[in-house]
Amino acid sequence: MTHPDYPQTLAAQSVALAEGQFSSVELTQHYLERINRLDGQFNSFITVCPDFAIAQAAEADRRRAAGENGALLGIPYANKDIFCTKGIKTTCASRMLADWQAPYDATVVERLHAAGMVMLGKTNMDEFAMGSSNETSWFGPARNPWDTNRVPGGSSGGSAAAVAARLAPVATGTDTGGSIRQPAALCGVTGLKPTYGRVSRWGMIAFASSLDQGGPMGLTAEDVALMLNAMTGADRRDATSIERAPENFMADLGKPLTGLKVGVPTEFMDAGLSPAIRACVDVTASTLKQLGASIKEVSLPNAGVAVPAYYVVASAEASSNLSRYDGVRFGHRCENPVDLADLYSRSRGEGFGNEVKRRILVGTYVLSAGYYDAWYRKAQQLRRLIQQDYVAAFNDVDVLLGPTTPNTAFALGENIADPLTMYLSDIYTTGVNLAGLPGLSMPGGFVDGLPVGLQLIGNYFDERRVLQVAHQFQQHTDWHSRMPVAAE
Amino acid sequence: MHWETVIGLEIHVQLAAESKIFSGAPTRYGAEQNTQACAVDLGLPGVLPVLNARVVDMAITLGLALGAKIAPASIFARKNYFYPDLPKGYQISQYEQPIVSDGRIEISLPSGETKTIGITRAHLEEDAGKSVHDAFPGYTAIDLNRAGTPLLEVVTEPDMRSPAEAVAYMRAMHALVRYLGICDGNMQEGSFRCDANVSVRPMGSDTFGTRAEIKNINSFRFVERAIEYEVERQIDLIEAGGKVVQETRLYDADKHETRSMRSKEDAHDYRYFPDPDLLPVVVTQSRIDAIKSTLPELPWTRRERYVADFGLELDEARTLAADRPLAEYFEALARTSGDPRQSANWLNGELAANLNRHGVGIESCPVTVERLGKLITRITDGTLSGNLAKQLFEALWNLEGEVDELIDQRGLRQLNDSEAVRALIAQVIEESPTQVAQYRSGKDKVFGYFVGQVMKRSQGKANPQQLNDLLREMLA
Repeated sequence: MTHPDYPQTLAAQSVALAEGQFSSVELTQHYLERINRLDGQFNSFITVCPDFAIAQAAEADRRRAAGENGALLGIPYANKDIFCTKGIKTTCASRMLADWQAPYDATVVERLHAAGMVMLGKTNMDEFAMGSSNETSWFGPARNPWDTNRVPGGSSGGSAAAVAARLAPVATGTDTGGSIRQPAALCGVTGLKPTYGRVSRWGMIAFASSLDQGGPMGLTAEDVALMLNAMTGADRRDATSIERAPENFMADLGKPLTGLKVGVPTEFMDAGLSPAIRACVDVTASTLKQLGASIKEVSLPNAGVAVPAYYVVASAEASSNLSRYDGVRFGHRCENPVDLADLYSRSRGEGFGNEVKRRILVGTYVLSAGYYDAWYRKAQQLRRLIQQDYVAAFNDVDVLLGPTTPNTAFALGENIADPLTMYLSDIYTTGVNLAGLPGLSMPGGFVDGLPVGLQLIGNYFDERRVLQVAHQFQQHTDWHSRMPVAAE
Repeated sequence: MHWETVIGLEIHVQLAAESKIFSGAPTRYGAEQNTQACAVDLGLPGVLPVLNARVVDMAITLGLALGAKIAPASIFARKNYFYPDLPKGYQISQYEQPIVSDGRIEISLPSGETKTIGITRAHLEEDAGKSVHDAFPGYTAIDLNRAGTPLLEVVTEPDMRSPAEAVAYMRAMHALVRYLGICDGNMQEGSFRCDANVSVRPMGSDTFGTRAEIKNINSFRFVERAIEYEVERQIDLIEAGGKVVQETRLYDADKHETRSMRSKEDAHDYRYFPDPDLLPVVVTQSRIDAIKSTLPELPWTRRERYVADFGLELDEARTLAADRPLAEYFEALARTSGDPRQSANWLNGELAANLNRHGVGIESCPVTVERLGKLITRITDGTLSGNLAKQLFEALWNLEGEVDELIDQRGLRQLNDSEAVRALIAQVIEESPTQVAQYRSGKDKVFGYFVGQVMKRSQGKANPQQLNDLLREMLA
């Protein structure tokens, strides 16, 4: 970072703010200045909200002056443009919602703001979170800070790029099939998809309701844990959110890994994986071994059908979730419709991009009379098998280690015309969503100057273990603190 | 050829909950457009449905009353179709696993016979909004006040064989849901509306004919007329060599006809699938037991009890038991007065007539149970004659005072003093030698003349029974 006075991690900033080394307003101005200066090359933000941010920062400083001292008080963050924010537009990176303002805050936003976090702006993403490259955004692709000719991944590409480029210490993301972990991997940051039901989906614009889960992204597992503390908890506005006693996700970070059983799924290490990334997994496994863990091969026999099962389930739900965008009440509406059918078809035809349309068509097809059993019902059966594989694996091991993606960041435009190849970049991540488990991606090496992401998968509600492993790993490696040149 | 009509009904019961099925917005009818709809009802991006537990209790209540199975877990599905008054582009409804299944209800037919109608299922769902076509020329306006209003759709087996049976069923269900307090039953406001599946088949056939579904019938009279029309249409069609097609038809009450809305070929593919925003509705046995314990005594149980314990006729027992406030008034009155027989007479007679005349329900009857009960005890103890009691009842209706106070003030006390009556009779006998002679020569008819004369002199207060006895004695 150019300014020696501002530490890069949330944890360090939190200490500095508490010690009065600088104010939240100063820290916020510092990030706004960086966004202003650097984001032209990354396009990681759709909306930057300086006035809103400064007002929030000033309020955080007042709260601190009044004696408050929360870990997140006065910490800036970047908010994925899928979370509804009252007063700041929420676009989902779609022409459909290009000018839409929510009349309410998402629960996640409410909670982060109640904790005193400062929203710098809304980050770029794939349209309606559908994509793995951020290229489907109506506002143009975000770019990878490690190589701006490459994609940052998706769908939370803007959040990953913003954190990697140090335009925000932390960010929110959402993960339906890998949308936090895959961009975290491609941009060299840490991102966690919590157990399904941990984080309220109220105000988080739906893509596939049974898979969508919000989560934090940051430079370190510790920062992610700090932010997760404020994001989780039951919400009576979301029937699928889960009631549990409050947990401190920091609690186990410092514990050694002695006796930890780590499983490496053989199916994740097969021919589809780039050899260089496989080497990173092996090296990481031996590091964990040195830290006291034991490593064991495990099998997830149905891992190979995760991507097809995912695309059936996710597209089915999406086709229904996106029916509300009809040009009648809000969002894009075509000019001078001649009749109702025209209003629908042109509003939706103009408002949605190709990837969204593709998934609506797939989803409509798999739910249609005569095809439902062969596609949707079958996919749900596979989903149960995939889930059972994971449950069986966790009978033997505490946590799973593997690659997050089969390859490092690909070039812009490389896969956009080939959806099947694009979909395969989610091959190691979608199963975790289908099973509803927590999964984390952390930096685990570099190949040709591009970051490699490693995935840790935990048992249900075992975020603490996943974060502990990642934190201990980060105490003994420095992949996570490397910074792209373009961000200097 | 002789034809048999086969009818099954789907009734949409609007549940009398304060708030919507999946949001906290109020369900008030007749409010200004789009004021009873929140972000959830509007289907804004990011909103989620949360099930109103109250409506589940209401569904269970009806299920128990129908002797039906309550599913330990039922599922909400999405019924997908585009329409401007359907904000999300799908309706949340129960499809494969409804909360209530396999029930039955007894209906009474005009012939006096009863019949049991099977209830296939009852499922919870949300209502859509309303398209208003005449508010703005050239435009359709959308009012989403009704969007998300809780509905329970009650589906029968194809058990009805005539329009009259269909109406009897509709009336029975209408009475039951009001009795249970789960629906206000207001048909003008659409709180209780019905679709009818109608087919015909040759008498004696055991396979069903092709059915047409008549949509959205909102009165007892219309259901009868719509089915009558449809049956005739189908028979004419078949007898002319045609074929009934499976389709949805609309009943036009003004023209008294049903018209095709859409055929099976253009039927929507609703792409039902379980709604991932909602968990299965899990109903525990203890919840069912708790609701069971608060369930009112059901009309048919009440009816049996009135016949067995109070000796009422089946018909009058049915009338009193069918309406919960009426039944409760009756039972309180029977208790207060100690005379169920007289209580039933008053409720089905004088009181019913007055309620009718003034167009008020028993809930707002001005005559309290205590006063009417007192009136009945004053008949039983001989203070009042029937005629005097009717005069007094009018005074009670007009809130003119208490029973005993009015009896004294207005001199409504029956004359029970036999000496006084004897004196009056003696007077009349003395003044009517001709009639006495006639009576004694066997002309029984003149007896009425003596009753009238004595009654007149007593200013209507003579005890009629006593008067009769004394007259016969003294004229003998």
